[in-house]
Amino acid sequence: MSYTAATVQLLSPEGTLVESDASAEYLPYIEALSDDQLREFHRQMVVIRRFDQEAANLQRQGELGLWVPSLGQEAAQVGSAFASRPQDHIFPSYREHAVARIRGVDVIGIMGLLRGTTHGGWNPADTNFHLYTLVLGSHTLHATGRAMAMTLDGATGTGDPETDAAVISYFGDGASSQGDVSEALVFAASYQAPVVFFLQNNHWAISVPVATQSRTPLYLRPSGFGIPGIQIDGNDVLASFAVTKKNLDAARNGEGPSLIEALTYRMGAHTSSDDPTKYRLDSEVEYWGARDPIARFETWLRSRGEGEDFFADVATEAEDFAADIRKRTLALEAPPIGKMFDFVYSEPHAPLAAQKQWLADYDASFGSEA
Amino acid sequence: MSIATETTTMTMPMAKALNAGLRKALQDDPKVLLMGEDIGPLGGVFRITEGLHAEFGGNRVMDTPLAESGIIGTAIGLAMGGYRPVVEIQFDGFIFPGFDQIVSQLAKMTNRHEGQVTMPLVIRVPYGGHIGAVEHHQESPEAYFAHTPGLRVVSPSTPHDAYWMIQEAIASNDPVMFFEPKSRYWPKGVVDLSANVAPLHSSRVVREGTEVTLVGHGAMMSVLLAAAELAAEEGTSVEVVDLRSLSPIDYDPIVESVRKTGRLVVAAEAPGFVSISSEIAATVTERAFYSLEAPVLRVAGFDAPFPPAKLETVYLPDADRVLEAVDRAMAY
Repeated sequence: MSYTAATVQLLSPEGTLVESDASAEYLPYIEALSDDQLREFHRQMVVIRRFDQEAANLQRQGELGLWVPSLGQEAAQVGSAFASRPQDHIFPSYREHAVARIRGVDVIGIMGLLRGTTHGGWNPADTNFHLYTLVLGSHTLHATGRAMAMTLDGATGTGDPETDAAVISYFGDGASSQGDVSEALVFAASYQAPVVFFLQNNHWAISVPVATQSRTPLYLRPSGFGIPGIQIDGNDVLASFAVTKKNLDAARNGEGPSLIEALTYRMGAHTSSDDPTKYRLDSEVEYWGARDPIARFETWLRSRGEGEDFFADVATEAEDFAADIRKRTLALEAPPIGKMFDFVYSEPHAPLAAQKQWLADYDASFGSEA
Repeated sequence: MSIATETTTMTMPMAKALNAGLRKALQDDPKVLLMGEDIGPLGGVFRITEGLHAEFGGNRVMDTPLAESGIIGTAIGLAMGGYRPVVEIQFDGFIFPGFDQIVSQLAKMTNRHEGQVTMPLVIRVPYGGHIGAVEHHQESPEAYFAHTPGLRVVSPSTPHDAYWMIQEAIASNDPVMFFEPKSRYWPKGVVDLSANVAPLHSSRVVREGTEVTLVGHGAMMSVLLAAAELAAEEGTSVEVVDLRSLSPIDYDPIVESVRKTGRLVVAAEAPGFVSISSEIAATVTERAFYSLEAPVLRVAGFDAPFPPAKLETVYLPDADRVLEAVDRAMAY
């Protein structure tokens, strides 16, 4: 699946603004952005790509059990993340590293998750960026329920953009086949919940192509649920920002749910355990490589007069960030043994308390030989 | 004083007791809301929520789309938003479309968040046989949930317990699977509206005896009490314990009873293989080994799917099957 006339694209792969019927209503969102905001788009994309590379290296060096690369999907994530407001809630799948960072999550938490020191990694209450969910699609229902809570609270649809809230939920083309995603669309439609479903179609669910998940473009699927869908060039950070902003604004304004299909491409493997050479052609990867989200945005910024100093600064920041993540990842230690018992329940639980004590006593029975 | 006492004790069936308990919870906490299929104007297929939609409105008593995973998944999101959802699953066999959300999400959510998120969510499940219904409408799936860390599992056997336990379950900050013995919805019992008698996760001796201990829960309790009566007529003194809580299990009253009687028969409608009854047998054997005069015996539904209704009385343990086990225990 590739771009069609219906695909909203504001920045071409060559790095020029696109003036088309599809883009016309969205270009004003971009014109309203300051130079600093545009620079921030680039900075975040570059830093998270460097972070992603560092994490992949750490995995290869045995410091992470697994890595889930976001390489190639930076524009879809960065643009949509900047479209959210602090009061919005974000329900990610497990590849939204850029969104996490932009929301203010210390992404060392992601490293802990994949190093095996935690199942969580951060407190969602701090940033409204919720924990990664590894069973695909499950969280789209949590997102919808959280949006229903906003409606019940009167926290949305009042007309005040400073306080009205919405939810955005990220998932992929593979997850779109999960029953939970269809049920989330049903519930969101029935209750007109303020939720934007952000579907990153990266074309591959591990080794299975998107054609096996859907015989129609995925942005058309929600129309059967009574939810509007729109397709964007997911490698265009401007389209991702503008369309998500419009849809989140509508959700906050009480206009109900919507779905955005961001056409992007998983340039790397599904995870560090995957081998894409067994199921896809180099020519396809090259095709999408020519549509890289960062290269086109850099070209555009340069055409607007952005100087070399900025790009050099960003490169330095990315290196520093990667070095800091490496250092802190290596310092992540196993949690105390007893911690596996501590949060199973939030209220006292005698049998589990007894097991915790037994394990502590058993452990102590070996003495301090070391 | 006497007037207050008179007005706080009422005779009602479990269905009404649950309705009263839910109403009380809705009145006491504006964050409590009910969700489920047909629970609104209809009052649920068993009428447990009758009148509540009219009294509290559609935002507190929500008719949902017909999708169990969707109901439980959105209830999780509502709980994240500060609500205390009480979900009704229409029948025991319909819990499984929501199984993933319960086991992989609901049960693990607090642990995943290292305590920074709690899941005050109750899932009410009418369960068990004795109603002559079609496939998927008479099952006893409670062991699946008792096996899952992070869930609490309870089942009342009387109207009084139902009234209080549903309120305690709703007040809990942990997810509670609330199994309602549907064949016991309509027999009446005395409910003391003024005083609860037991914590949610406590088991209780409901008949004292000296020679054999019978343990069960839910609808099985009426069978066990009938069996105890018959045993007494035959000269055997039987003690009966109502588990009430299936996870965690309150073992002290059971172990204390077995230390006195030396014999234990555990009964349940569910298949016996890898069951709550098996778990009790193992634990009591560990904790009261030297008190046992006979092996712990189980009376269970068979390890076959729940049969067509015309065979349900053969499948479900009745007083005679319980007494057969009592006789075997006494013969050791």
